[in-house]
Amino acid sequence: MSHDPPTYDDLSVRRFITATVLWGIVGMLVGVVLALQLAWWPANLGLPWTSFGRLRPLHTNAVIFAFTGNALFAGIYYSMQRLLKVRMWSDRLSSFHFWGWQAIIVSAAVTLPLGMTQSKEYAELIWPVDLAIAVVWVAFAINFFGTIAIRKVRHLYVAIWFYMSMVITIAVLHIVNNLAMPATLTRSYPVFSGMTDALVQWWYGHNAVGFLLTTPILGLMYYFLPRAAERPVYSYRLSIIHFWGLVFLYIWAGPHHLLYSALPDWAQTLGMVFSIMLLAPSWGGMLNGLLTLRGAWDRLRTDPVLKFFVVGITFYGMSTFEGPMMSIRTVNALSHYTDWTIAHVHQGALGWVGMTMFGMLYWLAPRVWNRPLHSVSAATTHFWLATVGIVLYIVSMWVAGVTQGLMWRAITPDGLLQYPNFLDTLTALKPFYWIRVVGGTMYLAGMVLLAWNLWRTAHPSARSLTPTATVEAA
Amino acid sequence: MTHTNEPWHRRMLENRAGLFAALTTVAISVGGLVEIAPMYAIPVDPAAAQAAPYTPLETVGRDIYVREGCYNCHSQMVRPMHAETLRYGPWTRAWEYQWDRPFQLGSRRIGPDLQRQGGKYPDAWHWEHLKDPRATSPGSIMPAYSWLLEDKVDPADAAASVQALAALGHPYADTSEAAVTAQMNAQGGEIVARLATTNIAAEPDVEAVALIAYLQRLGVDGKRALEAK
Repeated sequence: MSHDPPTYDDLSVRRFITATVLWGIVGMLVGVVLALQLAWWPANLGLPWTSFGRLRPLHTNAVIFAFTGNALFAGIYYSMQRLLKVRMWSDRLSSFHFWGWQAIIVSAAVTLPLGMTQSKEYAELIWPVDLAIAVVWVAFAINFFGTIAIRKVRHLYVAIWFYMSMVITIAVLHIVNNLAMPATLTRSYPVFSGMTDALVQWWYGHNAVGFLLTTPILGLMYYFLPRAAERPVYSYRLSIIHFWGLVFLYIWAGPHHLLYSALPDWAQTLGMVFSIMLLAPSWGGMLNGLLTLRGAWDRLRTDPVLKFFVVGITFYGMSTFEGPMMSIRTVNALSHYTDWTIAHVHQGALGWVGMTMFGMLYWLAPRVWNRPLHSVSAATTHFWLATVGIVLYIVSMWVAGVTQGLMWRAITPDGLLQYPNFLDTLTALKPFYWIRVVGGTMYLAGMVLLAWNLWRTAHPSARSLTPTATVEAA
Repeated sequence: MTHTNEPWHRRMLENRAGLFAALTTVAISVGGLVEIAPMYAIPVDPAAAQAAPYTPLETVGRDIYVREGCYNCHSQMVRPMHAETLRYGPWTRAWEYQWDRPFQLGSRRIGPDLQRQGGKYPDAWHWEHLKDPRATSPGSIMPAYSWLLEDKVDPADAAASVQALAALGHPYADTSEAAVTAQMNAQGGEIVARLATTNIAAEPDVEAVALIAYLQRLGVDGKRALEAK
């Protein structure tokens, strides 16, 4: 029996879940292809639109905006209606948001392989698509704040704060970073130039990580983890402190992407110092999540949803420890421009974002399709495939990054470069690139398993619909 | 529970959506303003006068560099470290980037840094390298860019780029399509002539010629100015 009044819009939730799964497979598949291209260059296929330089932005945009974006919207639409005890303000805007967002993703999948790009990382999409993003985002924002305005509950729960920070900040970042002078329909030049352009871009880039891949997911954690664990959030006070700490400090950290560059020293130092301070509110969130599980740890043995959440939150803690460390100049001197950075972002993307979203999807799908999860053992298999895949990915890229960083700086006793041929520092990484292909493929296989499991949950065969297998969850 | 029993921050803030949103906006604005606004207050380095804007052909070459996503594997930033200056040359100054829209610092070196690439190899090396990276660099994992050797630059498209940059303040004397095409042909012709000395027959308006013009320009002004000091 469902406790939820039937007035909530769960059609949008089901749509966003479906899109999450489809684009997740696409985005991760492109990632595996890229990993293969670095291990074995003929996989570039000799075609313009399949070469690494054009495909890599497709991978990053697909996993950030298509996989994570749709997952966020699914979780936000589901949770905010229940937290505010009211249906979304406008069904029409919800529908426009969904179809508009998918149209943007399709246009990205077409334009990026064609080489239409602004070249700013995670802001590659050309200016007409940027305008479309602004329109769809504003529609979502109107629907979001409209729903808050008609809410039946006075108090705004923690999750809503985090969603709100995303809605506001992504709008600001997107608009400022994409200010440009169009030359043609597919090409434009930013109004900022040189180091200012770089600073604006990494203010955007770092906070796209902060306010798309971190704060809204923390919000989802604050809703779905207590529900899945059936325990209240550990500390309301801690959530207040770490929310304000996070949203204030995050925005300063962008310059850590530009350490040792021609950016003024004071800006580099601000970026480094605030990045180190970020450790505190980040771990505030991690601890509040993990401690919410007090008294429910035994259920980790049987419940794949909690398995995913715990590993996801643990990866959040690890990557928000590693990030500040890499922001220290002397560490960054070694790590920058190497695969160590790639290891770090995938710790966040595969570990924190991916695992947390998988946990949410396994909890959510049975509820919005009103049927029990088709296979708990398949979900558990997914968990282990993904976990082992992440470990292979991250460890191989750590080793590759440190190896190359040390080779770049190795000096002979005579004061000459020990590896003057750059290629020597690259070919040394080949074995690790193959290990990454294996790890990434395992992670992708888990994603396919999830797709199958959710499909069978939503469309059970007649045979599996025995009288006892009816709805059990709320 | 009555509202009077609620803690102050709940009554003052967490029950008030408008105020909460406004304060969140303030909190996320401070850092960006403090870091970005002063960039416009920094006095221009007198050395900046020594960096000339890209020619029309170099601009087109730069657009191709952006289109192919070269920045995904090549950085343009020599860090002020001994091992970097040994490998690449003088470390990069901010003014060297003043005509760079968009910036191309990159975030990963799968291939070497290209900030001081200009003049490092002859034009023919670049031509052969684009055709087959492994011909010049055994063991390279870079894809071949053979289509650049054949695809032609569109003069109208090139003029549109130069005009947009001029609108942003780049000093171009004449941005008409005729003038842009004439300048491109002249610079492209020089590159084709140099390629011909090594028996490479190239059309002056293929994309590879524009890209080579850009690559040969990279870091040249800065290096000249820094070595003259």
